[in-house]
Amino acid sequence: MRRLRILYATLVFVFLYLPLGVMVVYSFNASRFSMAWKGLTLDWYVKLFSNAALMQAAFNSLLIAAVAATCSSILGTLIAMALQRWRFPSRKVIHTSLFVMMMSPDIVIGISLLVLFMALSLPLGFWTLLMAHITLCVPFVSITVYARLLGFDPHVVEAARDLGAGEYKVFRYVVLPMVFPAVLAGWFLSFTLSIDDVIISFFNTGPTFEVLPLRIYSMVRLGLKPEVNALCAIMILITAVAVFVSQRFLKEKS
Amino acid sequence: MKNDGFFKLAVIVGAISWMAVFAFVPNILVFLASFSSTSSENFIEPGFSLNNYARLMDTTHLEILLSSLRLSGLVTAICLVVAYPFAAILARTRKPLRGTLLLLVVIPFWTNSLVRTYAMTAMLNSSGIVNNALLALGVIDAPLAMMYTPGAVVLGLVYTLLPFMILPLYAALERLDRRYLEAARDLGASPWRAFWKVVVPLTMPGIVSGCMLVFLPGIGMFYVSDVLGGAKAMLLGNFIRDQFLTTRDWPLGAAASVTLTVLMGLMLLLYWKSAARLGRKEA
Repeated sequence: MRRLRILYATLVFVFLYLPLGVMVVYSFNASRFSMAWKGLTLDWYVKLFSNAALMQAAFNSLLIAAVAATCSSILGTLIAMALQRWRFPSRKVIHTSLFVMMMSPDIVIGISLLVLFMALSLPLGFWTLLMAHITLCVPFVSITVYARLLGFDPHVVEAARDLGAGEYKVFRYVVLPMVFPAVLAGWFLSFTLSIDDVIISFFNTGPTFEVLPLRIYSMVRLGLKPEVNALCAIMILITAVAVFVSQRFLKEKS
Repeated sequence: MKNDGFFKLAVIVGAISWMAVFAFVPNILVFLASFSSTSSENFIEPGFSLNNYARLMDTTHLEILLSSLRLSGLVTAICLVVAYPFAAILARTRKPLRGTLLLLVVIPFWTNSLVRTYAMTAMLNSSGIVNNALLALGVIDAPLAMMYTPGAVVLGLVYTLLPFMILPLYAALERLDRRYLEAARDLGASPWRAFWKVVVPLTMPGIVSGCMLVFLPGIGMFYVSDVLGGAKAMLLGNFIRDQFLTTRDWPLGAAASVTLTVLMGLMLLLYWKSAARLGRKEA
């Protein structure tokens, strides 16, 4: 029975990792046109870094992810604190909506924001994509930070209030230091969400501002290419590092 | 203390207006658009008619809708059957190892799903790994045509979405108090009966949220069907995208999107009901 369990778990992990592993290995394969192994090369990585359009798209992706993650961390933390500390009209509605937004299929979010931007006649590009990614990320930050806020002793905040701290001071010197690991975890989460997003970017950016997943999408549709393998290998590495770091922050509970 | 009220007010007003502008208004606009019509000058000509929903029920459109639901249902069922035992094994693994294994599930969870879909093409290609392995083993004489089939789309969706099923199931199974299971066994229930009457009801919120996280993207992830299915398997997501970007029939696309939202609403109700039954209401 125990052996069976180990075997089963191993099989699932193989299923999850084999395709990724194969892709990483083939990103070093010297053969261009076939899957046959023709020896080790770094050519595809060199080619990748000399592709100006691709590098621009990668830079755009990192830029949007960093800005969106920062904005949504601030916004998401403030919303989480408001929901947890204060009673105000529509509090319950906002709380439920955040949960619903987190569950919403990307295509529904992408379409609804596209319609909003069209209604406001905003040209699609950096700003619309930024707003769309912030909208995507805020619920994840809020829910993460909110969960951590629930775990704290409310007396700490009460003590600060009794000692004369205003709401801003309570936030800056009591709440924020307490939830900071969750905020950082939220930042990394948002960063990966933004870098990984295909569908929302597809609808909410224009030709003036191309991001990496869309660039990959157009390359992938043209078939297998070793450069794409190399690019994907790098993206897997970035994700793995981001996940690892954010897990570290969440683990620092005590 | 002078700025006290100001900070609080600013945060609350900010939160409410942000939600209003980016969550409520866009969805209301899509909802309204689904009742409007389209003209050559405007994507959306305001008005009220159920015409778009009627058009969605045409034979061709209905066929796309139903086949997309069927496909995603199949993907969800496969993910549930594969992930449940796996999550149970994970939940019973000892502490230090469990953390590592969990991390190994989380990494693909966060890896770009387009990258993962693309990785699948290298497996299924006529010169890909699976075909090479089968040829080498002498199971087949000529490469199988696995790409651009509905089966490839199902496999691709299972591959990209499996972690989204594993994680909520794991969370539910890890919280499960094993004493209930022991009690059921002591009272004479067979393992099978104890599983269906005790474990399944207690992990129902995890099952429902896992199914939701697989089923809904399974309808919407148009690039999986583009990359792996060619033009053969059309998801509702492909249909919605085409209405907005190719055919420019926004009202029809909006109606399809509203349909998807209603489906999500139904699944959320199911989730809250199952969570409330266990006495832990979330959100």
